[in-house]
Amino acid sequence: MAEVQLRLRDDEPVEDPAVTVDSFAAQTNANAVRIEPGDDARDLLPVLDRLKLVEVNFPAFTDGRGLSAARILREAGYAGELRAVGDVLVDQIAAMRRCGFDSFAPDVALDPEDARAALERWPQVYQAAADARAPIWKLRHG
Amino acid sequence: MYRYDPYDTAMVAARVAEFRDQTRRRLEGHLSEEQFRPLRLMNGLYLQLHAYMLRVAVPYGTLNSTQLRKLADIAERYDRGYGHFTTRQNIQYNWIRLEEAPDILAELASVEMHAIQTSGNCIRNISADQYAGAAGDELVDPRPYAELLRQWSSFHPEFTALPRKFKIAVIAAETDRAAMRLHDIGIRIVRNPAGELGCAVYVGGGMGRTPMIAPLIREFVPLDQIVTYCEACLRVYNRHGRRDNKFKARIKILVHELGAAEYTAQVEAEFAHLLTLGIEPPRAELERIKAHFPEPALDAGGEDGDPDRGDPDFALWLDTNTAPHKVKGHAIATISLKPVGGIPGDASAEQMRVIAELARRYSQDELRVTHAQNIVLPHVRKADLAAIWQALDAAGLGTANLDGIGDIIACPGLDYCSLANARSIPVAQRISEALSPRSAEIGELKLKISGCINACGHHHAGHIGILGVDRKGVENYQLLLGGSEGADCSLGQITGPGFDEDGIVAAVEKATALYLSRREAGERFLDTYRRIGMAPFKEALYG
Amino acid sequence: MVKILTGNDLRTGAVIWWTGRDWSLHVADAGDVGDHGDVIAATENAARRVVGAYVIDAVQDAEGLRPAHIKDRIRALGPTVRLDLSLKPADPAAGDWVI
Ligand code: SF4
Repeated sequence: MAEVQLRLRDDEPVEDPAVTVDSFAAQTNANAVRIEPGDDARDLLPVLDRLKLVEVNFPAFTDGRGLSAARILREAGYAGELRAVGDVLVDQIAAMRRCGFDSFAPDVALDPEDARAALERWPQVYQAAADARAPIWKLRHG
Repeated sequence: MYRYDPYDTAMVAARVAEFRDQTRRRLEGHLSEEQFRPLRLMNGLYLQLHAYMLRVAVPYGTLNSTQLRKLADIAERYDRGYGHFTTRQNIQYNWIRLEEAPDILAELASVEMHAIQTSGNCIRNISADQYAGAAGDELVDPRPYAELLRQWSSFHPEFTALPRKFKIAVIAAETDRAAMRLHDIGIRIVRNPAGELGCAVYVGGGMGRTPMIAPLIREFVPLDQIVTYCEACLRVYNRHGRRDNKFKARIKILVHELGAAEYTAQVEAEFAHLLTLGIEPPRAELERIKAHFPEPALDAGGEDGDPDRGDPDFALWLDTNTAPHKVKGHAIATISLKPVGGIPGDASAEQMRVIAELARRYSQDELRVTHAQNIVLPHVRKADLAAIWQALDAAGLGTANLDGIGDIIACPGLDYCSLANARSIPVAQRISEALSPRSAEIGELKLKISGCINACGHHHAGHIGILGVDRKGVENYQLLLGGSEGADCSLGQITGPGFDEDGIVAAVEKATALYLSRREAGERFLDTYRRIGMAPFKEALYG
Repeated sequence: MVKILTGNDLRTGAVIWWTGRDWSLHVADAGDVGDHGDVIAATENAARRVVGAYVIDAVQDAEGLRPAHIKDRIRALGPTVRLDLSLKPADPAAGDWVI
């Protein structure tokens, strides 16, 4: 498994192995799950309180299903770690961050300088998402 | 028209800086082409046959003269002196150097323009009725709604890696001039029985390999929920759209496979959920944007009579290329970018400057790009039409052929496009030369040519459509009849075996001749085709 | 039939042809790459001297090298509808070569 390269939260990392969405409900002692692109993130909503780590796999950077999965979990109140794993490229992490990801375990390590620049790139945002940033329309109208 | 505030300026500047950085990383070898490709596409930069091609967004087709002058300057400084206006109301440059692309984006930003999301699997530039704000048959100006959606869709974090590209059109008139139902989402601004404005939403239209007319999935979305509703439509698509086959990845396939009712049910469930999150900009934001689109400051008290029709060429242009304006004494004038035998949609830097100056002097400093690859001066005094036409004519822009046989839509085809199977432009040029002399007699006839199945030339929606195919390495052309993009939206049917280049020109001549011999009073080509059906045309073509 | 290698210059986008040692703007300069095309393409892609390099078939005839597919003949010449911008601006019949 790729290493966590970037973690934007201060709690203790969960080291438990992530299980599949299908098996998570039955494995009552598990607290980490891994979402694949075809999985329905909403299947996890009944067991959210048990979850401490959700890994969302991006087998190919062109497949954006994990972005919706992440937002759905955050919208349902999930506050644990949300980790993007797989083919995670530096030019995507700003958008991933906005969808609620707060840790990144890319297959190929990101250039730290590029990653920092990417996360600081956008002065504002146009739309509400899963992060706390106020959209431009809110700044315009208070 | 909409003007950037400091927030918009900062966002576009950040995008330019981002792309400059990405280009640097590509040139220094930190990004592979595979990784760079989606990034450059999100900034409208393609690799085409002869060079890089840059597609610049013209949001909902609206430009001012300063912007068009900048587009002319870019054509001269960074390209080869011309640009190509596209069927999505954008402009493309064909000879761009990668190393200069970030500078071009910076030049565009200086006049509040960009190339954001003009390609790639994301929400593309939003198109609208080219007569918006000027047409008598519209409920309201649709552009503020398009601008609201433009901002919402710009850098939308959840929708940056959709299964496929995603196109939205907004109209507010009875007559659909934007081929709204051939978009992934088509929005028509309507009034409900209580008199409130809202949106009728159509989802799942498109052209390409599997053309479909979008079904209505909701009759009325209140205006202050439209962003949320679009977000729901997109989320269902992002999660469930097909990713196993590029040719089945558009939302039209999802809607078709699920069925409109099931897709709608899923959207409604998502919509109900999203409504609880407060993601909709407040009414005040819509009002702020609307204030940028005031009623044009036109004097309704002037003469309403037609200008002097003494010059027959001018009179013809007046009849074909101008449309009624909602304000008395004014007209909407369309500048044809289809000179007889010319390249559809191309304009030289010099011509762009002429058009910009006319817009500044005579049209409230406003211009529109149409999906038929022409340019509109939306607000002109009838009294100025003669002077406008003279200036256009002197610049080779005075062709009187709007919606006629010479007003051909043609995609770049194999002369420029790396996906093409056959050339489109030479076919358009030959048909234009052969049939333009009879244009007045033929009347309205919309002819559309695509160089491959991707259908950028909208061939499915042409009264006559032509599709270029590759037959064992030789260019071949299929003929379609009976398509239409408007309120009477329909998809063209293939006549039969394809033709070579000479053959397709002859086939169009035959089809037109049959129409002329069989038409009844007042019938357009399309009407005659619909009345008599395909059989007589087949007989004329292959019998 | 010979195999030749073509692509676009990474920086400028210009159509280029592998001569055997270097890249040229003119298809006439292209050299037969035999079975080595993919290896050269990979090296040159990695060296960022070319983007999207690929091997094509071409025929050697009286006028020189002629790519087997029309798309590459148009790439070799330029847009047939703007011969003024092509590599043969002075030859009004240049377009006939691509057909
Ligand atoms: S229809 Fe095909 S050939 Fe024409 S521009 Fe689109 S992709 Fe290129």
